[in-house]
Amino acid sequence: MKILLPFVAVIALVFLAYAGVGVAKLHFLFGVVLPYAAIAVFIFGFIYRMFIWGKSPVPFSIPTTAGQQKSFPWIKQNKLDNPSSTLGVIGRMALEVLLFRSLFRNTKTELRDGPVLSYGSEKFLWAAGLAFHWSFLIIFVRHFRFFMQDVPVVLQMIEGADSFFQVGAPLLYLTDVVLVAAVTFLVFRRLAMPLIKYISLPADYFPLFLILGIAITGILMRYVTKVHIVGVKELVMGLVSFSPVIPDGIGVIFYIHLFLVSTLLLYFPMSKLMHFGGVFLSPTRNMPANSREVRHVNPWNYPVHVHTYEEYENDFRDKMKKAGLPVEKE
Amino acid sequence: MAKGPTPAELANIDYTPPQTEWMDTPTVIKTGTFCWGAKAKNLNIVEFPNARDWNPSEEDWKLPENWQEIFLKGMKDLLGKYRSFKVFMDICVRCGACADKCHFFIGSGDPKNMPVLRAELLRSVYRNDFTMAGKILGKLAGGRKLTLPVLKEIWYYLYQCTECRRCSLFCPYGIDTAEITMMGRELMNLLGLNTDWISGPVANCYMKGNHLGLEPHAIMNSIEGMIDDIETITGIRINPSFNRKGAEILFVTPSGDLFADPGTYTAMGYMMLFHELGLDYTWSTYASEGGNFGFFTSNEMAKRLNSKIYAEAKRLGVKYIIGGECGHMWRVLTQYMDTWNGPADFLEVPVSPITGTRFENAKSTKMIHVTEFTADLIKNNKLKLDPSRNNGLNVTYHDSCNTARGMGLLDEPRYIIKNVCNTFHEMPENTIREQTFCCGSGTGLNASENMELRMRGGLPRANAVKFVKEQYGVNTLANICAIDRATLSASMEYWVPGTRVTGVHELVANALIMKGEKERETDLRGDPLPGKEGN
Amino acid sequence: MSLHDLLSAKKSLILGRWLDEVLSTYPSDTTQFIRKTENRFANPVGHALTDTLEKVFDALLNDASPEEMTGLLDTVIRVRAVQDFTPSQAVAFVFTLKKAVRDELSKDPNTPLPHEELSGFEKRVDACALVSFDIFMKCKEKLYDIRANEMNKMTYRLLKRANMLCAEDDAAGPSGDVGVNIKQEEVTK
Repeated sequence: MKILLPFVAVIALVFLAYAGVGVAKLHFLFGVVLPYAAIAVFIFGFIYRMFIWGKSPVPFSIPTTAGQQKSFPWIKQNKLDNPSSTLGVIGRMALEVLLFRSLFRNTKTELRDGPVLSYGSEKFLWAAGLAFHWSFLIIFVRHFRFFMQDVPVVLQMIEGADSFFQVGAPLLYLTDVVLVAAVTFLVFRRLAMPLIKYISLPADYFPLFLILGIAITGILMRYVTKVHIVGVKELVMGLVSFSPVIPDGIGVIFYIHLFLVSTLLLYFPMSKLMHFGGVFLSPTRNMPANSREVRHVNPWNYPVHVHTYEEYENDFRDKMKKAGLPVEKE
Repeated sequence: MAKGPTPAELANIDYTPPQTEWMDTPTVIKTGTFCWGAKAKNLNIVEFPNARDWNPSEEDWKLPENWQEIFLKGMKDLLGKYRSFKVFMDICVRCGACADKCHFFIGSGDPKNMPVLRAELLRSVYRNDFTMAGKILGKLAGGRKLTLPVLKEIWYYLYQCTECRRCSLFCPYGIDTAEITMMGRELMNLLGLNTDWISGPVANCYMKGNHLGLEPHAIMNSIEGMIDDIETITGIRINPSFNRKGAEILFVTPSGDLFADPGTYTAMGYMMLFHELGLDYTWSTYASEGGNFGFFTSNEMAKRLNSKIYAEAKRLGVKYIIGGECGHMWRVLTQYMDTWNGPADFLEVPVSPITGTRFENAKSTKMIHVTEFTADLIKNNKLKLDPSRNNGLNVTYHDSCNTARGMGLLDEPRYIIKNVCNTFHEMPENTIREQTFCCGSGTGLNASENMELRMRGGLPRANAVKFVKEQYGVNTLANICAIDRATLSASMEYWVPGTRVTGVHELVANALIMKGEKERETDLRGDPLPGKEGN
Repeated sequence: MSLHDLLSAKKSLILGRWLDEVLSTYPSDTTQFIRKTENRFANPVGHALTDTLEKVFDALLNDASPEEMTGLLDTVIRVRAVQDFTPSQAVAFVFTLKKAVRDELSKDPNTPLPHEELSGFEKRVDACALVSFDIFMKCKEKLYDIRANEMNKMTYRLLKRANMLCAEDDAAGPSGDVGVNIKQEEVTK
């Protein structure tokens, strides 16, 4: 049920777009209104969520230290896994965000029976995660050719690298293959590993199916059912310049693609996909481990009721004197 | 004779539970896994709400009428106070990287002991009541109503987490189950749902200065006993001071070191070392507890107990503070104390009077770890050591969770051990340093009624010890935590019998050649030294 | 072919069946974890199971001494004694070996079952099960011991100073198996 439902939901979205554009001819709704709405929700939703998170203070300095602390000059500090400076924190966060450092930790060499050295299987999660996120980013950047009159050199270089193998016509993008493979693996992993299946929610399957849908429609458009590419650019440029137009003959599949992307944007701020923003706010990673050196201030620190020394001495004065302990009051 | 099941019938019993989703699998509270409920008198001492005597194994937990309201209101309050809590409730993608990192899961196989699921127990309530998707879609969005069975389930698993942070190391977003457990336990305390093993020590510590509730003369009495033992072993009579104004240094250690075996040998170690150095230090009977069981109840309670350390340092007019070997004590001292009760501007940046080393890394808290202090002494050749006195001991070192993942104190104790012992072997790589496994009994789970749970949690650590025992003949497990010293003793007795559990400063004192000492025949425990067995 | 040879030849198949039977006593979600994770430090329960079942099987085949058998079974039962099992559940896995053996041997219709030898083998399995009960009880007793001793250790110094330890036990120390007895009248005073 928790797998079927999100799957059916994504199929339903595809049919909705097909019916909306192919049958009901609601080109303007699906080509202009929904994308605008989705982008607006995404931007404001994202900012709102970050703002809500940011509104809650960080009362304590709680980095997870993952290496040797800074103590003596003769003991080597692990500056990236236990950073005591801002630079170190930036390094740690960069490793975390760009290379998924913590997930990679799983792959440390292990001693198995034998004893034999070998590698942990969790490397797959790290590799698939990294492949997925990076190819998604590159594909996203590649799409900028639709948003700009003249395609910048950087973009052309990325496209060149991405189609490095020079296979097929139009040239096959590596990232297309990697993205689909990685998402498929991530779905498969959730289904095949009982522990992961046990903890998974519909909200874990839905984005995977949705992104798979986006990727497949995109790939179909590029390699199989060709769409009117000039028309697509015209439509997108219209959206970007706030003078929307609906060119004729683009093809329904484009609208399905666009609708799924719009859904993703709408869904993003209210879902776990916000981990994209949240990872930057995680106090166990983004704080320097220098709380013995620099005092961390808690904005809501308040005075508390304590049991003072005076009260303590009052309780035990006679016993203390008998034991020869110095007292404040005789 | 009644006809019992035949072996074949027994063998055919299918213990596999029905294949239900975790939300639909009810939790049964089992003996050996939980600690007794808090007593009203202890909660009343520290003015905690809803104090009453209650028993977790009974159906009726005697909850206040509006317990749901209290819980949810408390949750709202904490979400507003802690970004960590709010972010961690929202961003988990359930990738499962943490699943098999928890010692309780590894040792029990209970799926709700996977860190992700332990957090989901609370997260499901959060989704249901604090997110739009959950309010509209309910269970479909992973939401769950806070019912009595749900509350009991959350309670049960919150007290099967030792806040060791091993999962947070592997989480790609740094989600820290310790943080979630702390919030959860804080909420439970609003309902009086504490355990006796935690609330008793908290009340004691608040009124009398230490977890065991020992009054000033009892503390001195115990230390005098140690002094007698030291004299018997070394021929040297040492003379520590208590509550002395004008001392240079205040020394604070967990009270376990003062009374509990084998922690007392570590305490003897500190005293012998300080005596040999002629250190100008004092004990305090008011701040006689470095540990902080308040940390396992609520942030406010932890602060109330911790306040005594700075207050006493100020009253006595010392320059700085040295802290003994303890785990969660150092998490508190490193990441919380200064924020709660600082700034300690009445103290000075710690400078070792022996070596002149300035401890820049503690220039704000003004409190240094005793292994930092000693490592510096050894590095500067200030100690005369005879490591061969520890030759009977084949040592490995257990990193405490808190000093490893809440501080990063990894190489200092190792440096000391390697200088005072001739035989040292590390346990396997993924069980030490930042990846260290918990003893299985931290955060106030070191009671006796939950011994089965403790042994499960202690299995991964014990398993690694067993490995080095078989591989290298290791017979001694050194550590720098008072709870470890007590609980690893129990865990070793069950899993790896014949393993001695020791503090690092016990090893130091064994090797320490003191001025004017007689020829030592035994180690601190009264066991004959290598080569002296015949005497 | 003698039973010994038959069992040796089909060892890995029988062990596979036996492990399945044992794992089926855990919740299904757990089973996968125990089976799949190979690292002995990340999965001590699984390691204890796979490693020991094979050794127990070999020991049964080769008429190992009771001491050796006890040592082997101890590894598995020690773990099960602290998990959520009743005593019967904790040791039932020993009996499942009989089923695993019969199922595997009767798969091949051409080989008649060596009934007499088999019943001898099964008797040895039954003996193993009885030993397992003993081990289980010892583990539980150990837990109670630890429980009792820990309280005394926790306040060792105090008890010692208050002269509440019996002289003869004091010499044995708190970590000795004797345990520390507190003079009842002193405590109640």
